[in-house]
Amino acid sequence: MDMSSSPVLELRNIAKRFGEHSHDGLKNIDLSVQHGQTLAIAGSSGSGKTTLARIVMRLAEPDTGSIHLLGQDISRMGGEALRKIRPGFQMVFQDPLAAFNPRANVKRILEDPLRIHGLAAKNEYEQIALGALERVGLGADHLQRLPLELSGGQRQRVAIARAILTKPQLIVLDEPVSALDVSVRAQILNLLLDLQEETGVAYLFISHDLAVVRAFADRMIVMEQGRISEEGNTEAVLANPQANATRILIEAVPRLDIVMS
Amino acid sequence: MKTLNLEAKIGAILLVLLVLMALFAPLIAPGDPLAISGEAMLRPFASEAHWLGTDRLGRDVLAGLVHGTRTTLLVAFFSAAAALIVGSIVGTLSGFLGGLADIVLMRITEAFQTVPGFLLALATISVTGPSVPTLILAISLGNWTQAARVTRAEVLSLRERDFVAAARTLGMRPLEIAFREILPNAFGPTASLAAISVATAILIEAALSFLGFGDPNRVTWGSMIAEGRTVLRAAPYLSIVPGIALVVTVLSIHLIGRGLSHTERLQP
Repeated sequence: MDMSSSPVLELRNIAKRFGEHSHDGLKNIDLSVQHGQTLAIAGSSGSGKTTLARIVMRLAEPDTGSIHLLGQDISRMGGEALRKIRPGFQMVFQDPLAAFNPRANVKRILEDPLRIHGLAAKNEYEQIALGALERVGLGADHLQRLPLELSGGQRQRVAIARAILTKPQLIVLDEPVSALDVSVRAQILNLLLDLQEETGVAYLFISHDLAVVRAFADRMIVMEQGRISEEGNTEAVLANPQANATRILIEAVPRLDIVMS
Repeated sequence: MKTLNLEAKIGAILLVLLVLMALFAPLIAPGDPLAISGEAMLRPFASEAHWLGTDRLGRDVLAGLVHGTRTTLLVAFFSAAAALIVGSIVGTLSGFLGGLADIVLMRITEAFQTVPGFLLALATISVTGPSVPTLILAISLGNWTQAARVTRAEVLSLRERDFVAAARTLGMRPLEIAFREILPNAFGPTASLAAISVATAILIEAALSFLGFGDPNRVTWGSMIAEGRTVLRAAPYLSIVPGIALVVTVLSIHLIGRGLSHTERLQP
């Protein structure tokens, strides 16, 4: 199998239904993410984008369809086999406070992935954790802190540090800046862009904020009621929106109108 | 350190005094508390050597009271601890695993719950014979179910949280997620059950000794009350003194429990 030519992530015909009469869920989702690229998934709340992220991360099971990571079908994997490939795809959650065990300090948060996958010798854990922490702009004085003792931006930096520790090819970013102060959003986005440039990691970027999508993603998908309603290069989609859902999202960002007109 | 409220402070002071009494029992009342040490049926404050009096065999009431603290606290704390540990493990497994494991574990819990804790303890003791370890086992058998249910409820809500999802995406094994990520966070409400557990254990232990199912080689408050019962009219103090000790102990633990759960609720 030629790993470089196959996409990092490919979803084929993913569908998920929650209940008989539910309008949530997903229908016929096909998408792919190329190496080192960013695919944004935009959509209003309830459009199914977070469900999609959870399915990609194998936190939720699709009813039909397959998930291919680096050419390998992971949608039927479970148990030990799934745990073994977990380092290859990581996730950064929307609310960084909820994404950490409230009783674990930063040191433990960062050493966990190393220990779980035996990525280093035990005496190197702290050094490597510190390296990741410094890479995201924090330092040794943060190692002993609990998540509650960090600011929102610092928490998301720790979450990013945890995600890059296992050197993944894909990171799913579920609204990584929407819970953050506007003033720190740009810093976090720039950090993510720098990391992508350095490591060639691909991002699946979930967001409802088209201003952020525009600054961040190569390609984008717009979702509406569990379906893909529009897909293409970010610039092209935003310059000439076809779907109603895209227009609604664009109207939700007044700044973007000014830029475009 | 969180500041304790007045209730918890009073409870803590009483409990510390009781623990000190238990620890230093051989110094406060040297010798065998079951040995005859003077004239029988001395009233309290009538003799300097026995200022809480003596029972109908001439055994010192103060010595019995002080040494009884040891048995009471020993049995109560260990059986409450055993009940909490077993209960939170069962509750965590049940809530986290779900499905068949949950059904089986919860039916077992309910089976234990339908039998009153005291009867269960009584039945166990009559099979195993009375000694401190069997008392601890017998009392905790009826005491762990509440901890299991409370922990399960807490785990059910915690397991849907993002940090559990994050642990899964990191490839953490299910048992580690259950016991290292979830259980420590579910323990708060369970720990506030500790006070009730300890208080229940003290009362069951006293009731068992009262019925003659206590460890015969140790003085217990329950057996002192039972002893005094036969001369209740002539010497009511023989039952009242250990009775007061029992009330004070249970009260101190309730006060601490109330105070702690109050502080816990103020936590973010």
